[in-house]
Amino acid sequence: MMRFLWTLAWRSAWNRRFTLALTVASIALSTFMLLGTERIRTDIRDSFTSAVSGTDLIVGARTGSVQLLLYAVFHVGAATNNIRWSTVQALEQQRGVDWIIPLSLGDSHRGFPVLGTTPAYFTHFRHGERQPLHLAQGHAMADLFDTVLGAEVANRLGYRLGERIVLSHGSGELDGGELAQSQHADKPFVVSGILAPTGTPVDRTVHISLQAMEALHADWFAGVPLPGRQIDAATVRQRDLTPRAVTAVLVGLKSRSSVFSAQRSINQFEAEPLMAILPGVALDELWDVIGSGEKALLLMSALVALVSMAGLVSVVMAGLNERRRELAVLRAVGASPYDVVILLTIEGALVTASGVLLGIVGLTAAGLALGPWLQSHFGLVLDLAHPTELQYILLIALLMTGWLASLVPGWRAYRLSLSDGLSPRI
Amino acid sequence: MRDAILEIEHLRFAWPGSSELCLDIAEFRVSKGETVFLHGPSGCGKSTYLALIAGVLLPQHGRVVLDGRNWADLRTAQRDRYRVDHVGYIFQQFNLLPYLSVRDNVMAPCRFSPPRRQSAVLQAGSESAAAQQWLTAMGLQSNLWDRPARNLSVGQQQRVAAARALIGNPALVIADEPTSALDENRRNAFLDLLLSACRAANSALVFVSHDRRIAERFERCIALPDINRVDTHDEATA
Repeated sequence: MMRFLWTLAWRSAWNRRFTLALTVASIALSTFMLLGTERIRTDIRDSFTSAVSGTDLIVGARTGSVQLLLYAVFHVGAATNNIRWSTVQALEQQRGVDWIIPLSLGDSHRGFPVLGTTPAYFTHFRHGERQPLHLAQGHAMADLFDTVLGAEVANRLGYRLGERIVLSHGSGELDGGELAQSQHADKPFVVSGILAPTGTPVDRTVHISLQAMEALHADWFAGVPLPGRQIDAATVRQRDLTPRAVTAVLVGLKSRSSVFSAQRSINQFEAEPLMAILPGVALDELWDVIGSGEKALLLMSALVALVSMAGLVSVVMAGLNERRRELAVLRAVGASPYDVVILLTIEGALVTASGVLLGIVGLTAAGLALGPWLQSHFGLVLDLAHPTELQYILLIALLMTGWLASLVPGWRAYRLSLSDGLSPRI
Repeated sequence: MRDAILEIEHLRFAWPGSSELCLDIAEFRVSKGETVFLHGPSGCGKSTYLALIAGVLLPQHGRVVLDGRNWADLRTAQRDRYRVDHVGYIFQQFNLLPYLSVRDNVMAPCRFSPPRRQSAVLQAGSESAAAQQWLTAMGLQSNLWDRPARNLSVGQQQRVAAARALIGNPALVIADEPTSALDENRRNAFLDLLLSACRAANSALVFVSHDRRIAERFERCIALPDINRVDTHDEATA
């Protein structure tokens, strides 16, 4: 008899397929949205936390730890103070330190941050699961005015190897021909290498050497070019280009276990006030701040899912009045009110399941179709093949809610068929 | 006198929440295989009476005994089972599940009632054969059997409903104004087929209609207002 009920449910649903298709579509959409939001949320978080790895300490002038992380790793915002070069050298000599990567920030190129650094950057910097940087084309900086571009910079601006580019002083808001004094137009750079995509802020960064950074600012003082004292690109090569200061230093230790003692000794550095932070801890802190937005997003899509479940209930409820006759006929041929409830729950389960399935298929298809675009425009790599735990929970929640929602019309049908008996008053 | 299939004694029924009685019937009896015509004006409580006979409603007083069992002694789910085992039901119209084939509609009671399935198999060899037998008995050609029920005319649908009510030979067939949507010729043809089929199935028939012209074709004719001690005349004219 159960098999007959399944057949009945299926045939009856097929009979009303156009109305039900709308419900299936709305459930599919909310599945798409809910799972998609969770996917993007997780992948943003992953790409966020993969911005730096393998670095034991980030050292900068005394400031907030989140702020230090923001400019040292994400190249956002500005440092309040720099670190003297002598301090950087002292850091490198400190016991337990394996390597250091000095970072010098402040300039930009068409909105992308410019990072002055040393060759150590290309050998020691790690992202994601301790992956090193790879040059997709060309080589690291060899000449003073060589630059290595992040993948997104090259891609967005259409730069190739050998291209000559001009950097801007500061964050580049004053970029443009009429304000040419804020450009380092006298010292153009040549693209010597382009990095492979990483999905991290590296992709958005223009890398130059610390010496080049020094050379750019040899004739500048307090943020403006010194009038009448321009030094051209050829002359500047003759000068001592040892950097005077850097913005931050990434530190790798010989042994991870000494991280806290190293942090303590840097924090107590006598020559100037310094601060050392653990990247993982600071990333978590930062995520706590910006992560609430994505929680709101998830909440929104949960609400959307709830609304479409309400839609499911209302569609089935509205259809119920048309179906009173059908249910009475079923009662007349021997279906009990329980059978009627079972029939409606089977239908609810079928509709929910096909909606959810359609949503998953749609999400996968959209992920495959839009994946390259998402990666190139947002640096976001969607990992559709590995559902998150929350995705499973959401899926089960969707199925359960849909099924529970179908119990509401089921209960109403039960009441109706009890009160209607065999002759509905319609 | 033949054995009774339906016995009603001292039945009193009022709709829940209503203080006035709707039906008050001292005695009503239907023998096995008997055909009874029940008539009365609209609103005299005919449908309510049928619901009481079929055990869909229970009276506040008295007994409604169908084939030896008092409906009131059974629980809701048991009444559902007992009903499909013993009663075939034909409505005024819209009897069928439009999305099932004619044959599947006729076989539907066998899906819910093992006794009727057994009876159908015993009689015709299989459920499907039994369905075809009753469809033929109701004058429906084999080219209609596999069509969806919605494609049939009203007259054809009523005959399918009758075949469904009769499959598995239930003890009692209840027909609630099944001919009201038919014209005179079709009505007569339908009655001919239904009455002979009930005879063949040895099922008693309680046939309700307000059309007294057909009353003479039944063994017995009863006016509900005559046996109902509640005066429903006001309701009828209201």
